[in-house]
Amino acid sequence: MGRLYCALLTSSTDVAVALPFPSALRMLAKPGFWSTVARAIGVPLSIPLAIGVAACYSESHAQMRIDVSGVGGSQIPISIAPFIADPKVPIDISAVVRSDLERSGAFRLIAPIGPMSDTATPDWAGLRARGADAVVGGSAVRLANQSFDVRFRLYDTAESKAVVGSAFEAGAPFLRTVGHRISDQIYERLTGEKGNFSTRIAFVSKESGRYRLNIADWDGENVQTALTSAEPIISPRWSPDGSRLAYVSFESRKPVVYVQELDTQKRIKVADFKGSNSAPAWAPDGRSLAVVLTTDGLSQIYQIGLDGNNLRRITRSSSIDTEPAFSSDGQSIWFTSDRGGSPQVYRVVLSSGETQRVTFGGTYNVTPRPSPDGRLLSYVSRRDGRFLVVVRDLSSGSETVVSDGGRDESPSFSPNSRWLLYSTVNGGRESLIAVTADGRIRQRLSSPASDVREPAWGPAPN
Amino acid sequence: MIQSQLTASAEPTAGRSTAPSVARNLVRIGFTALLVTGLVACKSTVKLDEGAPVESRDAASMAAADAANAAARAGAAGQAGLDGRGLDGRSGAGGAGGAGGTGGAAGMAGAAAGNRDPLADPNSPLAKRSIYFDYDSYAVRDEYRATIDAHARFLTSERSRRVIVQGNTDERGSREYNLALGQKRAEAVRRSLTAMGVPDAQVEAVSLGEEKPRTSAQDEASFAENRRADLVYP
Repeated sequence: MGRLYCALLTSSTDVAVALPFPSALRMLAKPGFWSTVARAIGVPLSIPLAIGVAACYSESHAQMRIDVSGVGGSQIPISIAPFIADPKVPIDISAVVRSDLERSGAFRLIAPIGPMSDTATPDWAGLRARGADAVVGGSAVRLANQSFDVRFRLYDTAESKAVVGSAFEAGAPFLRTVGHRISDQIYERLTGEKGNFSTRIAFVSKESGRYRLNIADWDGENVQTALTSAEPIISPRWSPDGSRLAYVSFESRKPVVYVQELDTQKRIKVADFKGSNSAPAWAPDGRSLAVVLTTDGLSQIYQIGLDGNNLRRITRSSSIDTEPAFSSDGQSIWFTSDRGGSPQVYRVVLSSGETQRVTFGGTYNVTPRPSPDGRLLSYVSRRDGRFLVVVRDLSSGSETVVSDGGRDESPSFSPNSRWLLYSTVNGGRESLIAVTADGRIRQRLSSPASDVREPAWGPAPN
Repeated sequence: MIQSQLTASAEPTAGRSTAPSVARNLVRIGFTALLVTGLVACKSTVKLDEGAPVESRDAASMAAADAANAAARAGAAGQAGLDGRGLDGRSGAGGAGGAGGTGGAAGMAGAAAGNRDPLADPNSPLAKRSIYFDYDSYAVRDEYRATIDAHARFLTSERSRRVIVQGNTDERGSREYNLALGQKRAEAVRRSLTAMGVPDAQVEAVSLGEEKPRTSAQDEASFAENRRADLVYP
């Protein structure tokens, strides 16, 4: 089973745990308190992936680590008590929650008074004295069927009352996932925004001439390999429903666009035309891709059905047009073109073909990526010879440079539009950085054994 | 080995029956089905040829040709002089016509060597397969005319042969944009070939972008080495 290592910049913590037995995760639909927060989880897509891939590639995976720096503006003081768990529970679920909330930058962790179950009455006065606005307790027990019953409850210490809680039943391999779901519920309740804790990321690793298309939890845990190749793999992109990845593989010694189902590992060549085929971008409905083809000479943007049919040309220039990205409403495509003499970001409205230049400063602005909420645009800009990730507020036009590496590429927004992932080079090693859209909090995801690059942040789970 | 791992993983769920609810049975059925899929997926998982280099280097064929070289040398002597040191002579390219095997000294030498592929002749102008570009440039420099001329003649005389032009870039900047820039270089070479009469069907211009650098050092010499298009005969 893939393991990744996570650490804070200030202190190192190893929270990776090998999880031996695949099983299903589902939420118990129970009456009363629990049902008020019950959201059907069903069987997440990660399960078939975990099974198929773990069976195929369990032998070796790059270990990775995460380093965090910076702090958010206002942080909510919260105390996550160790859950009351029977000794058979293989991981410390409260530690997963603690790690999630701390890395989000939105919380300040207050030392817990002691272990606390979801049903205990918190020590209100004691918690208030420690400055905790909220406290979380929970429990975990193993059931007769070898799965685990996990419960948590979030309390407001000022009001001295329970705010939210849930119960989950999950097999051992999915206890981390349960922890992430708990983090999502706490985060959403206290910040009013959706959490990213249950999301997955895709990236490419390169080690000793082997390229791997990998999938991991947002925190770098549970690395699974979807494809291994002796030739490069670039540009992975998640389908909007998170069930498939489009990517470019050079296995036939030229770039060809594939789409691969993650649960079955089945894949199809979507674009294998004469010349180069690259830069896949999913239409928001998940039924077609924008791709870059060179059948007419230089790179131009086309739209193509997943079955390789219904090819339609989108751009028609005598220049390079590449790196398409659909706006979240599907009405337009952002792209990179050198039609003005240097590579710049443009946007074409699909219905009219009307095209506008978007970036003007400098001579190298590439890789436009709109945020899912449509408010922000990130792109890569060369400034004083350094390649940096820039985030532009599309309504005000104000820009923030959110990266500081100088060889930063491939920005990708989180589903809640609050974070970006990008690749950088650090000490000759390629690694990934997650950064808040305001540039204040930064986490490095790295592997001592391999280069990691080409990140793509997956959609929110259903 | 994969089998046993699968069995081991599957056992705790599939093996122990705890007489659960209908809902739980459904979950288990779905899970078992997925396991089977996983197995199938294992078998069909793409195993790609590990050792295969993308660039077709002729080192091996060159070595194989060494034995025949003695016979070839007499005929190819004119070219050898030119080929040893760059391509500043158009007469060298003319000789390549002979290398094509349809006549001339080189062709006869080829026949004498036993049907030798002119592409395997290290003394042929066809042995030159790389075209270098200036920084931020996509124009084929004059010094490569002779190389392109030689390959164009070969391809027009050998209509069954195909060539792939692979464009490359240095590793600075966006991977996808570099892929497009590599394509621009490959396309420039492709156009030069077709301008000399090579049919479209015999040439494919593709890009490897920054993905297959010949050298990965971060200096100007390495960047220049990677600003390159290669002619590759499959």
